[in-house]
Amino acid sequence: MSDDTQQILKNIAQLFESQSFAVLSTQKNDQPYSSLVAFAVNPDLNYFYFLTPNTTRKYDNLKTNPKVCILVNDSRNQADDVYNAVSVTGTGVAQIIDKSIEQKALDLYLKKNPNLKEFSKAPTTAFVRISMKRYFMVNRFQNVVEVKVKQ
Amino acid sequence: MKPLLNIDECLNAGKDQVGGKTYCIAKIYSHGIRVPKSFCVPCKIYDDYLDQSRLKERIFFEINRKSLEQMRWEEIWDTSLRIRNYFLITPIPEKIEKELAGLIDKYCGNTPVAVRSSAPGEDSASNSFAGLHDSFLNVSGTSEIIKHIKLVWASLYSDAALLYRKELGLDIQTSRMAVVIQELVASDKSGIFFGLNPSGSNESVIESVYGLNQALVDGDIEPDRWILSRSTGKLIRHTDPVRKRYAAPGKTGIVFQELKDHEAKTPPLNHDEIHQIWKTGNRLEQIFGKPQDVEWTITNGELTILQARPITSTGFTETDDKRSWYLTLHRSYENLKKLYDKIEHHLIPKMISEADKLKQQDLEILSAQSLCSEIERRQKIYDHWVKIYWADFIPFAHGIRLFGQVYNDAVAPEDPYEFMNLLENTGLKSMERNSLIEKLAQMIRNDKALKTELENERMPDPSHPFRVLLDSFVDQFGDLSCTTGSGSECDYGKNAVIHLLLEFAGRPIKAGKSNGIDTAQLKDRYIKSFPVDRRDFAKEVLSLGRESYRLRDDDNIHLGRIEAGLFEAVREGRRRLIHPNTTKDDVKILLKAPALSLEPKDQSREEKVSPDKTAIEKWISSRQIVGHPAGPGISSGLARLIQTPSDLLSFKQGEVLVCQGVDPNMTFVVPLAAAVVEERGGMLIHGAIIAREYGLPCITGASNAMKLIENGNQITVDGYLGIITCHTEDL
Repeated sequence: MSDDTQQILKNIAQLFESQSFAVLSTQKNDQPYSSLVAFAVNPDLNYFYFLTPNTTRKYDNLKTNPKVCILVNDSRNQADDVYNAVSVTGTGVAQIIDKSIEQKALDLYLKKNPNLKEFSKAPTTAFVRISMKRYFMVNRFQNVVEVKVKQ
Repeated sequence: MKPLLNIDECLNAGKDQVGGKTYCIAKIYSHGIRVPKSFCVPCKIYDDYLDQSRLKERIFFEINRKSLEQMRWEEIWDTSLRIRNYFLITPIPEKIEKELAGLIDKYCGNTPVAVRSSAPGEDSASNSFAGLHDSFLNVSGTSEIIKHIKLVWASLYSDAALLYRKELGLDIQTSRMAVVIQELVASDKSGIFFGLNPSGSNESVIESVYGLNQALVDGDIEPDRWILSRSTGKLIRHTDPVRKRYAAPGKTGIVFQELKDHEAKTPPLNHDEIHQIWKTGNRLEQIFGKPQDVEWTITNGELTILQARPITSTGFTETDDKRSWYLTLHRSYENLKKLYDKIEHHLIPKMISEADKLKQQDLEILSAQSLCSEIERRQKIYDHWVKIYWADFIPFAHGIRLFGQVYNDAVAPEDPYEFMNLLENTGLKSMERNSLIEKLAQMIRNDKALKTELENERMPDPSHPFRVLLDSFVDQFGDLSCTTGSGSECDYGKNAVIHLLLEFAGRPIKAGKSNGIDTAQLKDRYIKSFPVDRRDFAKEVLSLGRESYRLRDDDNIHLGRIEAGLFEAVREGRRRLIHPNTTKDDVKILLKAPALSLEPKDQSREEKVSPDKTAIEKWISSRQIVGHPAGPGISSGLARLIQTPSDLLSFKQGEVLVCQGVDPNMTFVVPLAAAVVEERGGMLIHGAIIAREYGLPCITGASNAMKLIENGNQITVDGYLGIITCHTEDL
């Protein structure tokens, strides 16, 4: 792997580690819909996890159309965000996974979000894994790099 | 706090509010030494202006658009120009302006004043960065004074200040600027005093000119110079220059006038005056505890101190880089006028005749020994002109910048680059070359038989009109494959030109560029924004800007011809080296020429920086790259990376030219291009100039574009926003 690639992946990993929430965009009947989710990723960045009650619109949407998009950024609502903030958009395909089978993944998720332990136990809480296809990292306002995710 | 403090209020306000310069003046005044009537706009007003107008955010954004470390000088100048224009077009909030205007009106009335920078820490004891911030002489009337206060504020972000930002501790969050307003003293004579001669520890120095000392500070008039004993004030030596002119206040700004005969023959200072300056300088040293660098003036026999600061090593010379050289590129209008005369009437004609002479010489008849000497002679000639290029031609390009600044100060346009519209169509040599190419291409378009011949690499007879024009083209501009200063050589011959002409012929004739801007109207607005007595000056600066714009391109073409002359001789040597009839002795002699003893550079092997895509795996790619918008418009095409001059010859119509930096000898392919992308930054670089002449979208300062874009990538160049988008697969 080249230095450039490693650096970009490192930057993305650092950003994901520093942020608790991501914006998740789903779609149904041509109507996009965005929600905030507490998330975690695996070290290779090819899986993106979150929990959601199975009564939510986002859950309903991704069951209908599993193609989703996420956005994570570190803006602080300051004037310098425009060039200092780093933003990563990711596209991928979501899948509901079995919490009892994917225990390792759930541990990874709860390690980052320990406050959601109780929430994760509810039978109505779904554990979602997005298989990431691509990331787009934006910095300095308009510089954009695209990363295809190896599966 | 009042927006304008009287000098006797400045000591109490403190150095942090009034800045080093004002604080010193206030201190001198408090010791009963004469200073001009002075007032100060404290830093708080600068802060309030930036906060209330939200200008702070705009400057913040501008400075951080691209890392300053990655910027070339030219980009830093661009950044500074844009910030300066923000100050010009952003009004001071009404309440502050009303109060400030009232006080200026009360204190200054219609008296002409000097408006000077007084940044906290600017003239501190440890560092002197004099000249990084602006001062203006002979400004009258409340609105003009307010405008110049804003310009002094803007100079906190002058290009020089941005270059030395680390040493200055320049920080948009904390840096501030006070402004000192001084009544303009109608000087009979003026000058500077150094308490301690930098090159002699027991000496003091006085320099003096007739009239205002601005001309001395700018280096436009050579002063009289006296070296004195530091302890006794006794004269050690006096340098007597040729005295011709002096600077005086015009209706606005400064004008130069001829000295009267008796003044030209007499030094500006007599013995008593020299002694009085030395004595006052010593007193200032006692007050401040250190030897001082003093600016003074004498009117009707009365000595007035304009400013004083501790003598320090200047921050400029201590840095081990090219920034101090860059600062020398800032030339005054007077200096540029002289430089223009030298370049236009002396250097360019000499270059042309030099290149002509090289062209006329028959190299084939020379003996091996003579050819060897000829190659060495041509190398020396070329080296000589490269030196002149750096010493005179590069600084003359500052004429464009000077005009830009004068234009923006006068017009305060929304678009800080509006002035560029008045520089175009100056009859660039490269445009003349390109129109000849178009003419040759047209001949091919109109003559199918000729086209077929050329496609089969057959040349028409020497008498054929196409051949006549082609020969004259090659005589004038060479065979297009040399680039100035890159050390590459022209080895492609006429076939390469033919190949390119065929490409041009295959391209539909493009309509001329029209950006819908009425330049006559712009020019009129520019001239009319000056008072009647300054309009001649306005016209002269415009004309200087246009000459500077033209010569910036042309000088490279002329230098390219001289370089071509050198290559011609080298090529002849190479031809003989491999010719079967060349004797062994001749080969030995020829190999003594340094240019022949080395193998010709195989650029495709040695210099070509292979796109690093093997290292950057295919699954990562750039989607958007940001540079500076340098030519408006939007266009898409396949990227053609120019690594070596030979890449230019395979350039196809409709491709996007992506390069590190083009010089005018390479811009002949620009008419074929859909857009131009340069890694090198700045609005005034050659690629940008020529792209604008053709109305092509252009982006400069796109760092790493050569690494991030691959040959053949489909890219879109947005010349409005400065964004290159690389086309990737759908999501």
